[in-house]
Amino acid sequence: MIRAVFSEAGAIAAFALRAIRLAFKRPFELREISHQVYMTGCRSLPLVVTSGLAIGVVLSMHTRATMERFGAEALIPAALAIAMISETGPLMTGLLVSGRVGAGIGAELGGMRVTEQIDALESLAVDSFHYLAVTRIVACMIALPILTTVMNFSGLLGGFLAETAISNVSLRLYFHEAFAGIDFLEYVLPTVKTVVFGFIIGAVSSYLGYTATGGSEGIGRASTRSVVLSSMLLILINVLLVRMIFVLFPSGAL
Amino acid sequence: MSASDQAIRFESIAKSFDGTRVLDDVSFDVPRHTACCIMGRSGTGKSVTLKLLMGLLQPDEGKIYVNDLEIETLDSRRLVEVRKTMGFLFQYSALFDSLSVADNVAFPLRRHTRMPEREIANSVRERLAAVGLESELDKMPLDLSGGMRKRVGLARALALNPSILLVDEPSSGLDPITTREIDKLLMDLKSSNKTTIVVVTHNVPSARRIGDKLIVLNEGHIIAQGTARELEDSKHAVVKQFMSEV
Repeated sequence: MIRAVFSEAGAIAAFALRAIRLAFKRPFELREISHQVYMTGCRSLPLVVTSGLAIGVVLSMHTRATMERFGAEALIPAALAIAMISETGPLMTGLLVSGRVGAGIGAELGGMRVTEQIDALESLAVDSFHYLAVTRIVACMIALPILTTVMNFSGLLGGFLAETAISNVSLRLYFHEAFAGIDFLEYVLPTVKTVVFGFIIGAVSSYLGYTATGGSEGIGRASTRSVVLSSMLLILINVLLVRMIFVLFPSGAL
Repeated sequence: MSASDQAIRFESIAKSFDGTRVLDDVSFDVPRHTACCIMGRSGTGKSVTLKLLMGLLQPDEGKIYVNDLEIETLDSRRLVEVRKTMGFLFQYSALFDSLSVADNVAFPLRRHTRMPEREIANSVRERLAAVGLESELDKMPLDLSGGMRKRVGLARALALNPSILLVDEPSSGLDPITTREIDKLLMDLKSSNKTTIVVVTHNVPSARRIGDKLIVLNEGHIIAQGTARELEDSKHAVVKQFMSEV
């Protein structure tokens, strides 16, 4: 059991390293990468925006309940912005994308493996690893920070909607207050962190799909394991990344 | 016949999966511009033979030459060049299900040529017309019948005018009329385009029609190879059984 876990971890690491090496080699597959960014990014927008709005509303309600006790309602926008930008936005986006895109990549590549479409690519003189895995990993790395930014702003907008219903605060004042306590580095570091999340989601789900075996059951297994494994890794790696930000950029850590 | 007259040479090939030997000491040649049909019962390593030829699998022992190049020793760049000279029609067609029929056939042209889109569109139309599917350009593979998918797969495999065509079970799951149509397409290719063809099939009448040379595989070994007439004279029980199929 332990041996199998280490063996699979090693295989995923080797797969990811091979992807990094090939990402800098021709052909760069820009057309396929842009298609995958569309599939990963644009197609995830409704989910991210809806979730962001809902999270913003809920966080705002919780924050108000706490802040009211101390008479610090004016700090609600800033508190919400810190919560969204530093942790909630990046992590929620990572988990949502891992659920939607990770499962999709695992099932798509698994299906292609089982129906010999990957062999067909090779027979058409196309490097299937480069064309399928590298492009999806790069696309996830591009899409995650963009989606995180969308999630952050949706969350703040949700917070504003909840807040303006109670206190009638204006949009301009709300956003001014929200960003008053956050500098550029504090915004950029957690957002850039999601590039690593994108790499994890892309690499894990591509690996599980690309190496799938066993017909439709194998496809289902690849899809489910893509979500479980990439979500788990993402949560664990997040701890390390937060710690790294605190150590390397003390001024950028919220 | 000299080595350079052979499009394909299989020399003492062995291949195992999970400890089970699927091919054992298999050797055969396929002369240029001829058709060779590989027959045998299910699980005797016929499809594995095709995948070894395309470099999709590596042999455990032996050497494989395609157009006098030993394919296991080629680096990925040169293997790509060799694969451009070959076409592969998979048993279940293996069409890209996210692409339309036209995009499936256009795929190798877009990847490996600098043809403008208009020329690619014309070439795709010609290829699909040759397999009788010019009206199905915009359909998705899942909207096609098994026979139609196979014909689209053939059009895609021929997109780059390969000198060698590998075909896995062209008649499986097809009615006799469609089977004859595909056989005719393959025979036309051999005679008009001088394409070397290797076909894996269970269908003995098909193999008789297409093949200049027939090979019978049994339990990982070649038990007979030669013309249909030569195989009819074989004393081997399995070969006799096969050749008695009408």
